[in-house]
Amino acid sequence: MQKRLIVSHQLLEIMVMRLCHQLIENHGDFSDSVILGLQPRGKFVAQRIQSTLASILGKQVPTGLLDTTFHRDDFRRRDTPLTANATEIDFVVEDKKVILVDDVLYTGRSVRAALDAMIAYGRPANVELLVLVDRLYTRHLPIQPTYVGRKVNSLLSQRVLVEWKGQQAEEDAIWLITKTDE
Amino acid sequence: MQELSVRHLLGIKEITPQDIQLIFETADNFKDVLNRPIKKVPSLRDITIANVFFENSTRTRLSFELAEKRLSADVINFSSSGSSVKKGETLLDTVNNILAMKVDMIVMRHSSPGAPHFLSKHIPANIVNAGDGTHEHPTQALLDSFSIRERLGEVAGKKVVIIGDILHSRVALSNIFALQKQGAEVMVCGPMTLLPKYIQQLGVKVETNVRKALEWCDVANVLRIQLERQQMKYFPSLREYTLYYGIDKKLLDSLNKEIVLMHPGPINRGVELSSDAADSHHSIILNQVENGVAIRMAVLFLLAQKG
Repeated sequence: MQKRLIVSHQLLEIMVMRLCHQLIENHGDFSDSVILGLQPRGKFVAQRIQSTLASILGKQVPTGLLDTTFHRDDFRRRDTPLTANATEIDFVVEDKKVILVDDVLYTGRSVRAALDAMIAYGRPANVELLVLVDRLYTRHLPIQPTYVGRKVNSLLSQRVLVEWKGQQAEEDAIWLITKTDE
Repeated sequence: MQELSVRHLLGIKEITPQDIQLIFETADNFKDVLNRPIKKVPSLRDITIANVFFENSTRTRLSFELAEKRLSADVINFSSSGSSVKKGETLLDTVNNILAMKVDMIVMRHSSPGAPHFLSKHIPANIVNAGDGTHEHPTQALLDSFSIRERLGEVAGKKVVIIGDILHSRVALSNIFALQKQGAEVMVCGPMTLLPKYIQQLGVKVETNVRKALEWCDVANVLRIQLERQQMKYFPSLREYTLYYGIDKKLLDSLNKEIVLMHPGPINRGVELSSDAADSHHSIILNQVENGVAIRMAVLFLLAQKG
């Protein structure tokens, strides 16, 4: 297995800061906006975005967690079983501007499931998608992100891993992992 | 990524403590789904489930049917009354005919202990036991433990007494297995005639005095006297049973601590439980019913993944 660093922790910090300023450009004081992190890995991105926005704006933007397990289209079609995670949304999505947040955008199927799952909480005014990494040319569905940290051109056999300090990693980092025959 | 260790839910005896935890964690998420404005998820949209009931049921069948519909499964219902079973068809033939219509899962209740176990050896579909005679009723035991966990935080270390007709109760046996697998202490309480002869071998305490049992426990699970299963007289009269084993508010208030009161239903008010006890703040009977749907959704969801 080869592991290549594509975004260091310094760069990731700058990237998150840039994404937050792009969000502010569109959402102003976030009075009608909410953030939804996609479980399981979008949770950490959403928390980071929320804390960075808090340091710039001086207020907490409502942030929830959305689990898509029960809405996935690959249930019973995959080799590894699906395990559900908690959905924590203590606000109403109705008429809000929703920013869906995930770490890596790959086939787009998770985002489709998320759109489906989100509707159970109301009809949002509009929905945007923020991802740290957009894997190019891998989409199965016509889904594109509104805010992108880094575009990555990768092979299907490769994997993009976003690590967070404290979550079984020493440093924030984004890696490109290539499986090799050993 | 976790999955169940079994393809069928035949009884609590066959599953592991890890399975129980996985079911509970999944049920937590489904309980959340059930409290949303839109209480439905599309997980089982390509699955057909047959509810095959060879014995009467209201709560369990409604609960299973609702769980299946909340998961977007297609549902067919079968009850033996008014069916070809009366014309002499065997269990295996009946079920194979249902499976020939491309059914993926069977939820079955049958009056013979072991009927779902027999079926699991002969058919490819996943089977959920919804009660087999006096043997097991696994989803009831799971929802009972889930309700205890919800009220008291955890099941491990808690003292649970099961009161009433233990001899004829599948709920009692499944509960004993489930509670012990989670590290709870279990006691059974009832007249000697309604306690199975070798029940101590399951590692449970036995008590015939209901007051002593209640003073020992954190949770009392009260069972119904199953007159329809009793072939002979096990006690002189229902009035006498109520006098010695009936639980009322006065008895609960006279205890030196707060206990949690449960009942799998249907309640015979005025026999094993008085109305003022069943409707008191001790009781979590309606929470049990609510949790039943979430638990059954979790079981169906996890078994469907096993294919």
